[in-house]
Amino acid sequence: MSGLTLFYVSGSVAVLASLLVVTNKNAVHALLYLVVSLLALAMCFYLLGAPFAAALQIIVYAGAIMVLFVFAVMIFNINQTDIDRESQWLTWQSWVGPTLLVMILLAEIVFVILSHQNWSTNSLSMAQIELVDARAVGILLFGPYLLAVEIASFLLLAGLVGGYHLAKELPKQTDKQQGNQ
Amino acid sequence: MAVPIEHGLVLVALLWAIGLVGLLSRKNTLFMLMSMEIMLNAGALAFILAGSLWQQADGQVIYILILSIAAAEVGLGLALLIRLRQHISDLDIDKLNEMKG
Repeated sequence: MSGLTLFYVSGSVAVLASLLVVTNKNAVHALLYLVVSLLALAMCFYLLGAPFAAALQIIVYAGAIMVLFVFAVMIFNINQTDIDRESQWLTWQSWVGPTLLVMILLAEIVFVILSHQNWSTNSLSMAQIELVDARAVGILLFGPYLLAVEIASFLLLAGLVGGYHLAKELPKQTDKQQGNQ
Repeated sequence: MAVPIEHGLVLVALLWAIGLVGLLSRKNTLFMLMSMEIMLNAGALAFILAGSLWQQADGQVIYILILSIAAAEVGLGLALLIRLRQHISDLDIDKLNEMKG
């Protein structure tokens, strides 16, 4: 099986899994389909000559971020009433408008992409994909992009502090009143 | 092995459109967050495609930045949802307009 076939297969898996995420009623099932979609995209990254990004996609995205989602869903304690309410909300009327408008936009952008003739005649076309390894990424990351790395670290710190502040338990109303007295 | 760049871009557009449809038509905020993840991933795929097209590592650098943005976004978003679930029993986005101060 050639790399091209693998790319199309994993791309189709990603699209199908994303569709199932969006249309699913059960949050846990949707989450697991999202993990499948992310893993399929990791396969695409690998086939595009970016094995480092593929590894990060599996370790950080499918591993860490999705585990965060799973823990949050466990805290939410999704039960049958939630699933029933979800199927109440998911009427076909709520889908028609957004789907139609987004399909128009999608058709436009696909038309623009496919009508661009210079892709395949470009000398930079993907005749043979060469590997861009982790070493090149690291050199670039801690060279010209050092400021971006620092800003990303501040962003993560802000996410950490904000997440801690928002998710910690609220003080009891009675304790507050006692404190005021 | 040759992946035509336009097919990759069509895949990006498809994934992004699916995410946008989910974001617009779902009422459950948890599913809206998941749709946003799909859209972020589509963007990441576009950067990896471009980096692979020009044989430069810049695409993967931007991918790592997108990864950290996604991590911060998910952390904050889920913390907000946990707080929301404590206040109102479901995750209905329509109930958020009743929030007063």
